[in-house]
Amino acid sequence: MKFTQGIKMALSSIRSNKMRSILTMLGIIIGILSVIVLVGIGQGTTKNIQSQIEGLGTNLITVNIRSYRNKPITDDEITQLKSGGFIKEIAPIVSSSSTVKAGTKSESYSVEGSVPAYEEIRNVSIDTGRFISENDITNRYKVAVIGTDIADTIFGTRDVIGKTIQINRNNFTVIGLLKSAGSSSSGSNDEKVIIPISTAERLFKTTRISTFYIEAASSDNVTNAYNQLNTFLYQKFGSTDDYNVFNQTDLLSTVSTTTNTLTMMLGGIASISLLVGGIGIMNIMLVSVTERTREIGIRKAIGAKRRNILIQFLIESVVLSVLGGIIGILLGFLVANIVSKFTSIAVSISPTVVLLSFSFAMAVGIIFGMYPANKASKLKPIDALRYE
Amino acid sequence: MIRIKNLFKIYEMGEDKVYALDDLSLVIHQGEFTSIVGPSGSGKSTLMNIIGCLDTPTSGEYFLAGEEVSKLSDNRLSEIRNEKIGFVFQKFNLLPKLSALENVELPLVYLGVSAKERKRRAEEALNSVGLLSRMKHMPTQMSGGQQQRVAIARALVTDPQIILADEPTGNLDSKTGEEVLKILQELNKKGRTVILITHDSHVAKSANRTVEIMDGKIHEHEGAVK
Repeated sequence: MKFTQGIKMALSSIRSNKMRSILTMLGIIIGILSVIVLVGIGQGTTKNIQSQIEGLGTNLITVNIRSYRNKPITDDEITQLKSGGFIKEIAPIVSSSSTVKAGTKSESYSVEGSVPAYEEIRNVSIDTGRFISENDITNRYKVAVIGTDIADTIFGTRDVIGKTIQINRNNFTVIGLLKSAGSSSSGSNDEKVIIPISTAERLFKTTRISTFYIEAASSDNVTNAYNQLNTFLYQKFGSTDDYNVFNQTDLLSTVSTTTNTLTMMLGGIASISLLVGGIGIMNIMLVSVTERTREIGIRKAIGAKRRNILIQFLIESVVLSVLGGIIGILLGFLVANIVSKFTSIAVSISPTVVLLSFSFAMAVGIIFGMYPANKASKLKPIDALRYE
Repeated sequence: MIRIKNLFKIYEMGEDKVYALDDLSLVIHQGEFTSIVGPSGSGKSTLMNIIGCLDTPTSGEYFLAGEEVSKLSDNRLSEIRNEKIGFVFQKFNLLPKLSALENVELPLVYLGVSAKERKRRAEEALNSVGLLSRMKHMPTQMSGGQQQRVAIARALVTDPQIILADEPTGNLDSKTGEEVLKILQELNKKGRTVILITHDSHVAKSANRTVEIMDGKIHEHEGAVK
């Protein structure tokens, strides 16, 4: 007996008992639907939180040097650190709180001297004008990139390119305006003045670089970069009191663990309904075997083997569960769309979950169909024929 | 064709042993039309089940076309039923959800015949019982006589050596019963071994040879042909 023949038989048997088949499938449909939607909600939430944290720069590691009993970190050491492969960029910062003045208005802001890599590392973007270039650093140009709040406060306009500001009574030309980034826990990102590091060293009369912003090569490399930095700094300073290395991966992994647990819990609850659906299939198949005892007898009398009967009933339960699974997946997509459209809950359905729940439905059909199918196949033809 | 020797079928009912077949021996040659007659409880149904490989004896030998079948596996018995025996039952035993054609095709499905060939052979079998025009009908849309003819077509479709008919006229009126018996006689004339099991001695007369069974024993032999 061929497989397609078996499927045809199963489908005609399912069709001939429409109401019952639909009710049986309903268990699987609801099970798969809830798995898809609940896991989707869990994963959507995880993604949401992750991207929020990543927006702050998960690849970012901050190094603060507290003590300079030893030599400062040299360019060679920076190059050497970057060659490890875990670190993409390093931006040294020389910063100081300074008076920024334009015309008659003055205000105290944090002025940071840095390098072009700062732009990428701190994930800042330019609204108008340009960022600091290597050329600015080499020539110690007195140029500044300023945040929108400063433009608003000092100039009262955002049309600031080419205008002059005074930092600690030195004239600087504004070459760029940063895009507004809003504020975070570390304060407003729009109250920043960024100038070339060489200019800053001269302006603040220091060569001590107290802070480094470091970008890991990827989010997977943050831990490696973190360890590399710690090793390097410990070798250099010989004491963990002299420096501090901070990254956001710890926060991210804590949040991820929490949301993953949430997803698994939701999936687990949904799986229970799938299990109940499976038991429903087994129940109906057992009833079906009893009802069709005579049919089984006839089939056996005219030459069906145990295997044929077993496969016939097994295909029937698998077709039921797979049909239910497909309908459940389609409904799952529908419900997920409705949820994400009409609520603020993010739903993200991954192909893995779809594939997994589909295989799960199929497995449910096989596992819960096996017992009734085996029971059917074991019937003796004479007993089955005698059954009224 | 069929050689049965010292066959016993014993049912244990608590303490008691019931001898459904009691040291029964029987030979049926190829091409014979034999009827097995006996009242209910005589053991004729048990005998028919064993001859039809639906049941196995407690002890004794049963050779079917030279093969000792009393101790074969379930699977092999299914194959024998499929290829060598065609059943005609009192209650027709058609599958109610399949059309006449699909019912006739069913043994060929288990034989592993291709769909195209199945259809051709099933139509041929239905044609031989004069029901080709009804092949799309469901069993419930047909009269008892028609259903029994579909059942005969199903029995014929694998071209078996033996047709085993168990009270084939039991659920039919006398006229359609006669028709069915006539078909069986024609099949016998074409060389098939036909075994007819009945309690009705009048029906049994359509056979060339009558074997009477009583209390699990062959009671009487009469009119063995050749």
